[in-house]
Parts: sequence; structure tokens; C-alpha cells
Amino acid sequence: MMMRENWNDQGQGFHPVSAPDYLPAAQLRDLQLRRLKAVVNRAYEHVSLFRERMQERGLTPACIGSLADLAQLPFTIKTDLRDTYPFGLFASPMSEIVRLHASSGTTGKPIVVAYTQEDLQVWASVMLRTFASAGIHRGDIVQNAYGYGLFTGGLGAHYGLEAIGATVVPTSGGNTDRQIMLMRDFGVTAVCCTPSYFLHMIERANELGVDMRELPLRAGVFGAEPWSEGMRECIEKGGGIKAYDIYGLSEIIGPGVGAECCEQAGLHIFEDHFYPEIIDPETCKVLPDGEEGELVLTTLSKRAMPMIRYRTRDITHIITEPCSCGRTVRRIARVARRSDDMFIIRGVNVFPSQIETALLAVEGALPHYRIVLTREHGLDQMGVEVEVGAEVFSDQVSAMESLHKRLAHSIERITGIRAAVRLVEPHSIPRSEGKARRVWDERKA
Amino acid sequence: MKVTQLSTFIENRPGRLHAACTALAAKGVNIHTLMLADTAEFGILRLIVADPAAGKVALDAAGYVTRLTEVVAVEVPDDAGGLARILVEADAAGLNIEYMYAFSTAVGQHAVVIIRFAEPDRAVSELQQRGISVIAPVTLFAA
Repeated sequence: MMMRENWNDQGQGFHPVSAPDYLPAAQLRDLQLRRLKAVVNRAYEHVSLFRERMQERGLTPACIGSLADLAQLPFTIKTDLRDTYPFGLFASPMSEIVRLHASSGTTGKPIVVAYTQEDLQVWASVMLRTFASAGIHRGDIVQNAYGYGLFTGGLGAHYGLEAIGATVVPTSGGNTDRQIMLMRDFGVTAVCCTPSYFLHMIERANELGVDMRELPLRAGVFGAEPWSEGMRECIEKGGGIKAYDIYGLSEIIGPGVGAECCEQAGLHIFEDHFYPEIIDPETCKVLPDGEEGELVLTTLSKRAMPMIRYRTRDITHIITEPCSCGRTVRRIARVARRSDDMFIIRGVNVFPSQIETALLAVEGALPHYRIVLTREHGLDQMGVEVEVGAEVFSDQVSAMESLHKRLAHSIERITGIRAAVRLVEPHSIPRSEGKARRVWDERKA
Repeated sequence: MKVTQLSTFIENRPGRLHAACTALAAKGVNIHTLMLADTAEFGILRLIVADPAAGKVALDAAGYVTRLTEVVAVEVPDDAGGLARILVEADAAGLNIEYMYAFSTAVGQHAVVIIRFAEPDRAVSELQQRGISVIAPVTLFAA
């Protein structure tokens, strides 16, 4: 049973389940090492792919004598999950598995993940810690607009919210008008969904004559896609809330790997369950704390599907300074770039977040946009469609042409690529109710 | 004395202009005159309508981005040099003209041009002082 707040702790920003966030470093490392040894043993015994890769390198679980020894172990990558579809990486028999989730799988087979009863308890506890660090507690009415179902976002957040004792409104994604009506009528105080969907909700609320800033809503817990500081500003200003970034991925557990605290300065990793390393994505060498590279995660407690050194494709760094909130678990910087989202155009690596930064620099607010990649006469073209909002629209052609020119310059300055910018009418770019899709790659192979 | 102009952003795609006009018609907003400024990729539709506020609501609801701006309706004698004389006066007063277009119907014996000045208030008083007839919305729409 999940531990509850003490009767006289309520509303004080402390929850007993968050205690591991404050462990002294030595004690935390000791706990991590003990858990690491156990999880490597478990994976070696029950997951043939992992055992074979260890054996190829002449390794046994006994090789783990310290946390640094983790660096010897083989990586796990996304295609390992596809190649072993559906159940090849499970370490528990189906009789112990109580839940399956799967990725949407836009290409080929989806990725399947499994949970034992214990795994679900751990998941609920890390989600509880996620919400606790955003200052959400009993008495809050929380609208959970992450999609419920195979996607880990909806149910992951749901059980964490129930565990903390908040009142959950399980709206799932979609039907934006109803979301806004319920938010207003129920006096919702916090919301969780993807940041791009919340921006859409703000936009729609304004159209419906609902000013979100006047509602009791005070916090938003946003994740499942990379977003920027600029987008946070738009959300906080437009919604009249504090917007917290959270981090997670289905392969590791779902949401609940890390979360921002009230300082909003990096995401604390729940290190007693997930061990972070940063590697150079080219050489695969572990980098010291503070250096930017790819985040690699090892699950320290998962039973149904232990993940050893999973390459997340997310680019970040570990923040070395201690956080003023008092938590001792390390922080990672906001993940603004995913190497998966990166596209290569004319030999240059471009991230959608760079386009976002370029648009923000010109307009001061983030317009809806999409990137369309095409190939004309064998040459790759990057088109950026930008919706014209009320703030930037002018009745003068010269002003609109100037806006167009400034957007194109800004994109070229930041990415080094000349983009064909197209100003489009509001609402002409499709909205997503889950993870935002920014890139349409129409290049034929 | 100024006239309120409703403008909207139109993508250069088939059917967009038509859709905007239909949205206005559906709310019973009568278009007195319009002018479409276009580039290769987009257009800016400027409209003089009977009820600009209602027109804005209609277009906003149909998902268009809109703006209300103030323009000046000026009476132009229907003879050679009629418009030139007005422009000479505007020049003399240092009034900056952003753009202009003709009103579709004549008022009495005179043609009418709609002029978007950088400073509409100053334009009205300068023109009037110089003996040029600025037409009030009420007269314009009664024509």
C-alpha cells in the first residue's frame, strides 16, 4: 500500500514517498550498487539476448564490483525491442506480468513493455514523486489529458495521482472543447498532457471565451515530447500556471524517470530506480558529469523487463551543482533534442527545436509551425510553414513581407540552412492531441 | 470621420477567398467594397463592410486572422486631375499613404477613394483644412 502524507504535512510540499530524493550521496550510491548487481543478475539469468552479449564480451554478473563497472556492459537499443517483438526481453513469466503497454509504432512493429505488480508499485511511487515535486498534493483536482491505453502516459500519471491522493479527472486526450469545459466547471487546479496539446488548449479556450488565467488552474506537468524554455514561457503566460517538465520513456518505465522541482532548473532523476550515464554518441565512451551527450539509462528495480544501459537517443547533460530544493538525486538538463527527431538536410543536422528557437526569436511567441522536407530535382528542400497569428498579422503587405523575411533569416542564422518559409492561415496546420508532429518528410528515397 | 476597414490574411490556395466571403455572407455582413493585395504566396484582403465588428466576429469564428484598421474615405471630383489634386495636398501636409483603392460606388457626383494613411487622425484634419471632402461612414454606406 502506498504511504500517505502525515495528517499535519498536508500542503507543505513534503511527501514521505519522496524521501529517497533526499538520501545522502554515499548511501544512495551504495543502494544503487546493490540494486545494480541484482538487476544485472536477473537480466543475465532470464534474458537470453543480454546473456549472449555478456558472454560475447567474456563478462559475467560477477564483473560488477562498482558502479563504474557498468560501463563494461553492452548497450540496449530500440531495435533490440523490435527484434525481440513481442516478449523476447521479458525476465518474468506471464503469470507474474500484470500489465503490457506498447508504443504506437509508426514504422514496423511496436515496442512492447511489461510490468509485474511490483513494477507498477515502483511506477506509481516515482510518478507520485513527480507530482510531489511539482507541488501537487491531496485536495488538488488534476485533469489527466495524457492518452489512456497502450501509451504509458495516461495510466502512468493516473496511478501516481491516485497514490498522492489527488482527485483525478481522467479525460485522456482529445475532445478539446470538453476538456476546457470540465477544467472550468470542476475547478481543476493542475493538468498533465503534452506541452503542445496544452498550447492548443489555451488557443481553443481563448476562442471559446474562456481565459485560463482566471481559472483555479495553477500547475501543469508536461512531457512525452521535447519542448523549449520559450514554449514554457508561452504556456506559463497564456495559461497563468507554472509549467513543469517531466521525463520518461516506455522502454524504461514510462513517465516518472525524472521531474523538475519547484526550482524549474533541470530534472531530478529518480536515481534509486534509474541509473543515468551520459555517453558520447559517436565513441560510446562515458562522459563525466557536466558534459553533453546521449543519456543512457539502467533500470535498477524493474523485474518484468530490466533494461541495461538503454540508449535513449536524448541529448542532455548531468547538472553537477546541487539543487537548492534540497534533493540530492542528480539532475539532467531539459531534453530539447532527441537524436530521433533530428533530420539531415543537405548534410546538415537539424533539430525541430532549432526551428522553434528561430521562430520564437522573431515573433516573441511560438506560432504553430511544421517542417516539410521535399526533394526537388535531386536537391533536398526544407519548407517551414508558419501560421499567421493575430499578434503578427498586418493589413500592410510590406509588414507581412518583412515578417516573412525575418523568419527566413532567423532560421538560416540558427540552422545554416535556407528554408522556404510559407505564411499560412491559422488552423491550417493539423493539431495533435498527443505528441506533436513537427516534421513531414516527403523526400522519396 | 474615419472608416473602419476589416482585413484578413488569405493563403494563395483555391477556394480561400470564396470561403471568407461565404463566412461574411452567412452572418449577413454586406461587403461595400474590397481590395485584395497579393504576393506570390499570400494575399491580404481589405474590406469595407456595413458592420466591421460583426464582420470580424464572423471571420474570426471561421478561423481567419483579422484586424480592424482606420482608413479615410475621400471624395474625388470626377474629372481629369481630381485625384492628383488630393494627392498633392496630402503630400504638402506630409501625410504618408500606405495604400489606397477605389470605392466601388460613387457618392453623388463624385468618385470615392479609400486611403490608408500612416496617421489617419491627422490625415482627416489636414485634408479637411485643405478643402478636401472626407466622407463619414454614414454617408458612405447610405450611397
